[in-house]
Amino acid sequence: MLAKRIIPCLDVTAGRVVKGVSFVELRDAGDPVEIARRYDEQGADELTFLDITASSDDRGIIFRIIEQVAEQVFIPLTVGGGVREVQDVRNLLNAGADKVSINTSAVVNPQLVADAAGRYGSQCIVVAIDAKQVAPGRWEVFTHGGRKATGLDAVEWAQKMQSLGAGEILLTSMDQDGQKRGFDLGLTHAVTDALEIPVIASGGVGNLQHLVDGVKLGGADAVLAASIFHFGEYTVQQAKQFMAQQGIEVRL
Amino acid sequence: MADIAVVDYGMGNLRSVHQALRKVAPDASIVVTDDPCVVAQATRVVFPGQGAMPDCMREMDARGLRTAVLEAAKSKPFLGICIGLQMLFEHSAEGDIPGLGVLPGRVVRFAAHLRDERGVKLKVPHMGWNQVHQGCGSAHEHPLWQGIAQDARFYFVHSYYVQTDDAQLVQAGSSYPQPFTCAVARGNLFAVQFHPEKSARDGLRLLKNFVNWNPV
Repeated sequence: MLAKRIIPCLDVTAGRVVKGVSFVELRDAGDPVEIARRYDEQGADELTFLDITASSDDRGIIFRIIEQVAEQVFIPLTVGGGVREVQDVRNLLNAGADKVSINTSAVVNPQLVADAAGRYGSQCIVVAIDAKQVAPGRWEVFTHGGRKATGLDAVEWAQKMQSLGAGEILLTSMDQDGQKRGFDLGLTHAVTDALEIPVIASGGVGNLQHLVDGVKLGGADAVLAASIFHFGEYTVQQAKQFMAQQGIEVRL
Repeated sequence: MADIAVVDYGMGNLRSVHQALRKVAPDASIVVTDDPCVVAQATRVVFPGQGAMPDCMREMDARGLRTAVLEAAKSKPFLGICIGLQMLFEHSAEGDIPGLGVLPGRVVRFAAHLRDERGVKLKVPHMGWNQVHQGCGSAHEHPLWQGIAQDARFYFVHSYYVQTDDAQLVQAGSSYPQPFTCAVARGNLFAVQFHPEKSARDGLRLLKNFVNWNPV
């Protein structure tokens, strides 16, 4: 049976892994290549790197990091942040990424998703959606690192991205991100239920039960977490063992 | 003359395959190439593929690689990966097109709206780590499984899979939720639906077994 995936997420800026609370207040977590190797050894199913570098001058750093990781780690690598055109997708794939995550640019130019999927295949195009609850049972898409409202409904937007060729949705709750109170299960369930493609739940994991809830209650195909792994609270292995004890199929 | 040629017909990124082969065969000369002559002269050939099969077939032909690939599939250690497996069969439902016809069978899509036994929705593409059950149709253990545990998990990402009536070809199966073939072999040829280059230790072991494989 197909295993649910556990995906540690590395937010990278200026060559370091950092973690913020609700998209601000960054805390240093270490060297990305070292951290990637550690998670691979612990049994991570994939790794996601988000380049949160503000300045375009530092964009080259992520390519060098991905190249180094791809030489040593043989699991799928997703890279996102600042992807604006098909050429950016190509450059990241060439550096060693297996999938590229598109967020703000998908809203600015939805055709980018169709073009990139058409050129490189849906299997390597992830659309990242940052969503915030605006009413009971309704979530709105935000862009630019969560600063800009779009007026788009998150569920409808996810369906549109699926129809344009996205292979997977990385769904982050801005309300929950960094709060360690668990995923927004209503959001997760609404999106995963509306789609045929896999959904990665993100934002809010503070303990291992939250991962279980994301799968069992939210219906997520994969769960993404950052700080519980970065700061040594749990290893990926411990997370998987806990999920297996709760009856979830995982790769041990 | 290259020890290993990775056939590059311009569909997607072959860096992962190249890196993984370098890892398991540090002393081998490995080339990623779209040159039919290099493929023809290589000792071993890896035939990957990603994206849509009609695009893969078209791009392969546009580079004049068909003859070299067909020849390699008959004559030397040959490893097909993902769409590289699917292309070896007679027909694909993806685009309703003929494949290379090296192996008997067809490529079909997972049904829409799949559910598992608990009623949980199953997504397509089939993406992630699934168990690979070795030796479904064939009687003996294939050398490419050496050192890999029965039902070990490998990384998959695909919406189509192969169906063949020739049970002798089948080297492994997986299920989603119904059983499907995920590895085939005949003589010098081995092909897998999953991505060994992205399947951590077991994937690297399979690639290492391929690099050391000397089929008679």
